[in-house]
Amino acid sequence: MAMTRNADAVAPVRSSGPLSTWVTRHVSTAIGSLGRLVRQPFASLMIILVIAVTLAMPAAINLIVKNARSVSGSWDNALDFSVFLRQEISVSEAEALARLIRQRADIDTVEFVSAEDALAEFKRQSGFAEALDQLPDNPLPHTLVVRPSAGNTSASLILLQEEIGNLPESDYVQIDTEWVQRFHAILDIVRQAISIGAALLGVAIIVIIGNTIRLDIENRREEIEVTKLIGATNAFVRRPFLWTGFWYGLFGGLTALALVHYGLFMLEGPVAKLSGLYQSNIAVASLDLREAAAIIGIGVFLGLFASWFTAARHMRRIEPR
Amino acid sequence: MIRLENVTKSYPGGQEALSGLDLSVDKGEMVFVTGHSGAGKSTLLRLIALIERPTSGQVIVDNQNTSRVKRRKIPAYRRQIGMVFQDHKLLYDRPVFDNVALPLIIAGVSRGDAGRRVRAALDQVSLLHKEKQSPETLSAGEQQRVGIARAIVTRPKLLIADEPTGNLDPDLSLEVMRIFRRFNEVGVTLLIASHDISLIDRLGCRRIGLEEGRLQEEVDPWQ
Repeated sequence: MAMTRNADAVAPVRSSGPLSTWVTRHVSTAIGSLGRLVRQPFASLMIILVIAVTLAMPAAINLIVKNARSVSGSWDNALDFSVFLRQEISVSEAEALARLIRQRADIDTVEFVSAEDALAEFKRQSGFAEALDQLPDNPLPHTLVVRPSAGNTSASLILLQEEIGNLPESDYVQIDTEWVQRFHAILDIVRQAISIGAALLGVAIIVIIGNTIRLDIENRREEIEVTKLIGATNAFVRRPFLWTGFWYGLFGGLTALALVHYGLFMLEGPVAKLSGLYQSNIAVASLDLREAAAIIGIGVFLGLFASWFTAARHMRRIEPR
Repeated sequence: MIRLENVTKSYPGGQEALSGLDLSVDKGEMVFVTGHSGAGKSTLLRLIALIERPTSGQVIVDNQNTSRVKRRKIPAYRRQIGMVFQDHKLLYDRPVFDNVALPLIIAGVSRGDAGRRVRAALDQVSLLHKEKQSPETLSAGEQQRVGIARAIVTRPKLLIADEPTGNLDPDLSLEVMRIFRRFNEVGVTLLIASHDISLIDRLGCRRIGLEEGRLQEEVDPWQ
């Protein structure tokens, strides 16, 4: 029996600095947990995919809403409305009214379209010129096309439209862009629905990760018992499981990002085609840095929360027998 | 080092594993606890390791009254004691080196220090050359020596062992006992549960015999 190194064995146990120990422990535990995931690639991949799909769904819908908003946003400024004046109003009266309205601060421009101009325009565009010539007199009223200034809110716009509609000279106010507002209201509802759906999916992720960690703990029950028997604290035996949760969340988040970007890539062709049809320049907005970070952050948070919750519950139960 | 005062441990159903046991082990002693299975040997060691608490009475280890050790403090308490088990309780998913290093990692010893200590401990049980092997590839005697290396790697003042030679043939048993003897010579207190009386008598140590949870005989070759 060689006893040459006995001196080392007799020296008292000395711990290194608390911080460096803490960091070293965590780094080696993190690598160890990662190693466990890598050694069961299929099972790990399945769980990561489930988490990724669950995270990607609300992110994708959110992105669609964001894009729909930015496309319809260009219509947002087109809040012009037409004021049809009474038949008996003369050209000079109408022009005077136009000047009056133009002076308001909440109005950008007012365009006067006389009944004659309107009829000529209508004849040109409709192709009913000959039929219209048969009419004894011009059925169209004079019209003011009002463009409100940019500072208006949707509420002040409604007030403005009412106010001008109530002028004695005006007959009828037609709002051309009401559907844009309705569309925005629908988008708001969709956005709300996503928040609720996303919260439910978050719970689903917690359950998935929690259950996986629970099985992992059961499989390593003996190891936990032995480790506790030789003096490990609950925090020590919990640590690898926290890291497992962290890795699930991180890889789930990264995979979710990849899924969303793949989806955008698939949409690029059809959107370009649509953009060509409308001769406009519609570009699909991708996730910005903040949103991408949020997806990964939420994944990591849910992973850590689920593993912490599960491990804390089970570690106290598992005691050496 | 260890003192039991009127210790009783009863289990649900009224069965008493220990009844009114008084016992004392001095610092630096090497003491064996003998008795048939069910005599209370394991229960005694479990009370010292705080795996269980006595129903009544006091267990005092290294001047600490174990009844005052709170649940949260049990890990720190256990780290002062080396434990050896009949079934070794090794972790078979990692090599011998990592098994022996585990108590040091738990204690937060730096990597460099841990490496030196693990090799020193493995050297003492003559297994330095097997540090990279999986415990599964070792014989029962070698596995038990790994278990011993793990128990002494933190240099505890007290080492308790529950039937450490229970699964070993006489030659290997003697080998394990000689290793324990050497620790005792450098000042470690040992309390070993065993039923192998002939082996114990060859070592010439104090022997406490238990029967049905009571002290039945005490043999001290030095008196």
